[in-house]
Amino acid sequence: MQWHLICKQSDLVIDAGVAAMVNGQQVALFYVPEASEQVFAIGNWDPIGKANVLSRGLVTHLNGQWSVASPLYKQHYDLANGCCVEQEAKVPVWPTKLVDGKVYIRQSN
Amino acid sequence: MILTASEKTAKSHLVVVGNGMVGHHFVEQLIAQKGHEAYQITVFGEEPHLAYDRVHLSEYFTGKEAADLAMTDGTLYDQHGVRYFTNQQVIEINREDKILRLKGGESLSYDKLVLATGSYPFVPPIPGHQRDNTFVYRTLEDLDAIRDCAKKVTRGTVVGGGLLGLEAANALKNLGLETSVVEFAPRLMPVQLDEKGGDVLKGMIEGLDVKVYTNTATQDIVDGDDAFHRMNFADGTHLETDLILFSAGIRPQDALATQSGLTVGERGGIAINNFCQTSDENIYAIGECALWNNRIFGLVAPGYTMAKTAVGHLLGSSDFTFTGADMSTKLKLLGCDVGSVGDAHGQSQGCKVFVYQDEISQSYRKMVVSEDGKKLLGAVLVGDNSYYDTLLQYFLNAIDLPEQPQSLILPAMGDAPVGLGVDALPASASICSCHNVSKQDINQAVSNGAVSVAEVKGLTKAGTGCGGCAALLKKVVDNELLSLGVEVSTDICEHFAYTRQDLFNLVKVENIKSFKALLAKHGKGHGCEICKPAVGSILASVWNEYVLKKEHISLQDTNDRFLANMQKDGTYSIVPRIPGGEITPDKLIVLGEVAKQYELYTKVTGGQRIDLFGATLSQLPAIWKQLIEAGFETGQAYGKSLRTVKSCVGSTWCRYGVNDSMTMAIDLENRYKGLRSPHKIKFAVSGCTRECAEAQSKDIGVIATEGGWNLYVCGNGGMKPRHGDLFATDLDDATLVKYIDRVLMFYTKTADRLQRTSVWMDGLEGGLDYLKAVVIEDKLGLCDELEAQMQRVVDTFQCEWKTTLEDEEALKTFRQFVNYEGEDSNVVFVQERDQVRPATDAEKQQLIAKVG
Ligand code: SRM
Ligand SMILES: Cc1cc2nc3c(=O)[nH]c(=O)nc-3n(C[C@H](O)[C@H](O)[C@H](O)COP(=O)(O)OP(=O)(O)OC[C@H]3O[C@@H](n4cnc5c(N)ncnc54)[C@H](O)[C@@H]3O)c2cc1C
Ligand code: SF4
Ligand code: FES
Repeated sequence: MQWHLICKQSDLVIDAGVAAMVNGQQVALFYVPEASEQVFAIGNWDPIGKANVLSRGLVTHLNGQWSVASPLYKQHYDLANGCCVEQEAKVPVWPTKLVDGKVYIRQSN
Repeated sequence: MILTASEKTAKSHLVVVGNGMVGHHFVEQLIAQKGHEAYQITVFGEEPHLAYDRVHLSEYFTGKEAADLAMTDGTLYDQHGVRYFTNQQVIEINREDKILRLKGGESLSYDKLVLATGSYPFVPPIPGHQRDNTFVYRTLEDLDAIRDCAKKVTRGTVVGGGLLGLEAANALKNLGLETSVVEFAPRLMPVQLDEKGGDVLKGMIEGLDVKVYTNTATQDIVDGDDAFHRMNFADGTHLETDLILFSAGIRPQDALATQSGLTVGERGGIAINNFCQTSDENIYAIGECALWNNRIFGLVAPGYTMAKTAVGHLLGSSDFTFTGADMSTKLKLLGCDVGSVGDAHGQSQGCKVFVYQDEISQSYRKMVVSEDGKKLLGAVLVGDNSYYDTLLQYFLNAIDLPEQPQSLILPAMGDAPVGLGVDALPASASICSCHNVSKQDINQAVSNGAVSVAEVKGLTKAGTGCGGCAALLKKVVDNELLSLGVEVSTDICEHFAYTRQDLFNLVKVENIKSFKALLAKHGKGHGCEICKPAVGSILASVWNEYVLKKEHISLQDTNDRFLANMQKDGTYSIVPRIPGGEITPDKLIVLGEVAKQYELYTKVTGGQRIDLFGATLSQLPAIWKQLIEAGFETGQAYGKSLRTVKSCVGSTWCRYGVNDSMTMAIDLENRYKGLRSPHKIKFAVSGCTRECAEAQSKDIGVIATEGGWNLYVCGNGGMKPRHGDLFATDLDDATLVKYIDRVLMFYTKTADRLQRTSVWMDGLEGGLDYLKAVVIEDKLGLCDELEAQMQRVVDTFQCEWKTTLEDEEALKTFRQFVNYEGEDSNVVFVQERDQVRPATDAEKQQLIAKVG
């Protein structure tokens, strides 16, 4: 597992997502200043809608959990653990850190 | 794995053989009942995967992956100390010493044993049945093999025209094969359907280009002339095909029972009692391998009931028993509805039958009723399953039939409601048969505090199996909430204890300009996908600022955020405004050129404009740059805002036109094009009473008269069409615009989130007369304000795409990836009728396979 530098903090959009490519895998990055994690990284692939779109969903805060609503069919994916709230489905999640205005995520190799 | 016969733990050792749907459900139930505290549990499954959803197996061909179908990833087992082994077949039970032997040679002891070994597909011993390119349809591995073969061949045949056979035929068709079905019996689905029903189904399926051979016995399978196989039939004819899929029924997997001398049925199946115990009291059998009362149950719901029963008994309760199960089914096979309830064949003593058949729309319905005509005993439906839920409830709950029982299968005439009110269902009525949830269970969940279908689902699992009960479930939940006097909350969401109308007023009166400010003052938490776009829309209606301004960007639904409509594959469509549908040849050429340059699929919309599909996120700005340079503006097809003003050519060209509808339509479209509203708004203007623009089906409809314009309001096409109400007649241009200003602004101020004008009008107390009083007579003294507010929107109009192209920050968010220049490799197009379209999952797989 190692930290990868992804982009600058200024590439992120407050309370919304952007997509990044990390080791050939699409990652959705959400910048949520109010959350203790600040930046969340989950897979960009929506396993229910079957498209790489999660970075383009709305960030929501429900029952104390941060999640993203898929822009296709509106299921929520928990940003902290990747689990879909409504259905049995799951997307990968990766640890992130924000240091000196730079965004890193941790992934194997 | 090291397990020995002598291994002992303090707890009794419970072993489950088979990790299919029922075996897994058993473990789940056992854990839910804290059975893992009483037993050390070990599970063996022969397949390489842990339990997966076999019922939805076919979706493996339409995009689902093994992980999507998985019923567990093992976490549940790990968390509760359940040991599990895949790829492990149990091959022997030594009942005397209570020891199991595995294929690998290891053995282990058990105290209690549960057999959940399911069944295996029956392959008729036709000579040639073991040739290459022959398959069965039961496991993920079977489907992998079928898919691999289908890539290389063109023709496929299913042997067996039962439920599963037709599902398999559908799968072959989806894989792109020319498909045939060969059935030995005289009709399709012989178990569920009667002769006539089978005929109708056959007709429908043949209409879908699947060849159906009924009454056809295959004698042998040999090398084909122009295909891989040739199937020779008993009547001397033959069929050439490349791939054969056997789906001729299932047989209970009872090998272990036979080997160890447990009682099995004459035609297979492990005999069980009402507690699901086999002839050895320490061994249980559940699911498709079990034989109860000489019957096998080839559906998942009875298996689940057996699992629950066995769990109860193992934990020392005799409360649960298995006493048979309803085998009614409803399905969509190759797109055809088929339903079968109870005694479909009318075999009960003295029963009577009603039949309805419609050869035009191809449907067939039969009801079997008791001799006295009071009770429903069975039913067959082909072509339209909307009758199923009601019939099933009459059957399951033995409800007295209405006086004219045939009304239950006759097509609905007029507005008469068909079906059974939920009130009429007894408490014991089974609502979800997959999880055996009754009306009473649902009501219990509601009285325990569940206030939505989602919460009831969470508590009872109702609706989480095949999904067939969803509509009924919702009715029961709503009905129960209502009867408890639960006021269905009008708060827009958990973040704001206000209606949309309240929020609109707060924003306006308190001069609030951002979501954060509104939230800080009147809300709590951080917002969600309900309140964010709703407030975004309110802020736009009131202040009309650029929607991608920094503080608004995170409020926008994806379509608004990227100013385009997202399509199923994550690409976007582009709809420039074409006011009134009038367009110059030069502009048409520009659209054609742009579409050609970016290879966009092009279509004339239902709203008289042109839609360009298939642009990727990062292409949007460049495309819009060209369109704007050519004089186009955004069509806001993405917004909850004015869509189109449809028009006919009007008096300028048409010999009947009495007024210039074209000019009026263009003027109206340009006036209201910037308005963000609770939902989309559509207009139309017709040049005379012939109404070629269909104005009466629009939110705002205008029809030219000898004396000016007639104004219609609150019409709707779409899901629930509504004719517009005639609001005022013979208006001059200025009054027409004044009234429209007022009506639309009043709607924008007072409607609920995502409420079209039609629904708003239907819910408006006082209705049309009240709206007239407000708008024409100024009953509320609001008219000046409404007009001023509309004027502000008109004056502050900006083309959002033009603004975006001038805003470096906003443009940055249109990058596909923040750190990489490439495109999304999952966006794949194929050609159809000389244009692109998104590739289907099957096509993608083939394309990727060819590349890789
Ligand atoms: C493109 C178009 C179909 C076409 O190929 O012709 C279309 C496409 C969509 N319609 Fe429509 N509708 C289109 C004309 C219509 C019409 C016909 C009309 O406008 O005269 C109607 C019936 C008239 C009406 O609305 O009263 C129509 C009634 C709907 C409805 C049902 C609304 C209702 O109140 O019942 C929806 C669903 C909704 O809005 O919730 C819908 C939703 C949609 C969505 C947004 C579905 C979606 O979420 O993807 C589609 C967006 C496609 C896109 O990316 O542009 N569309 N839709 C038409 C675009 C017209 C335009 O130029 O803007
Ligand atoms: C394509 C398809 C569509 C279907 N559609 C529906 C539907 O719409 N509605 C419905 O109700 N039902 C449907 N069914 C039927 C449903 O899937 C079964 O009723 C259900 O899966 C039965 O569960 P089970 O656990 O008894 O058997 P299975 O799911 O077959 O599980 C048995 C498991 O035990 C394993 N096993 C067997 N012997 C051993 C051994 N000696 N050692 C270790 N492991 C062993 C097997 O490998 C298997 O994994 C469908 C089935 C198929 C194939
Ligand atoms: S009718 Fe349905 S499928 Fe067709 S465009 Fe409208 S929403 Fe899409
Ligand atoms: S009946 Fe299948 S989920 Fe309810």
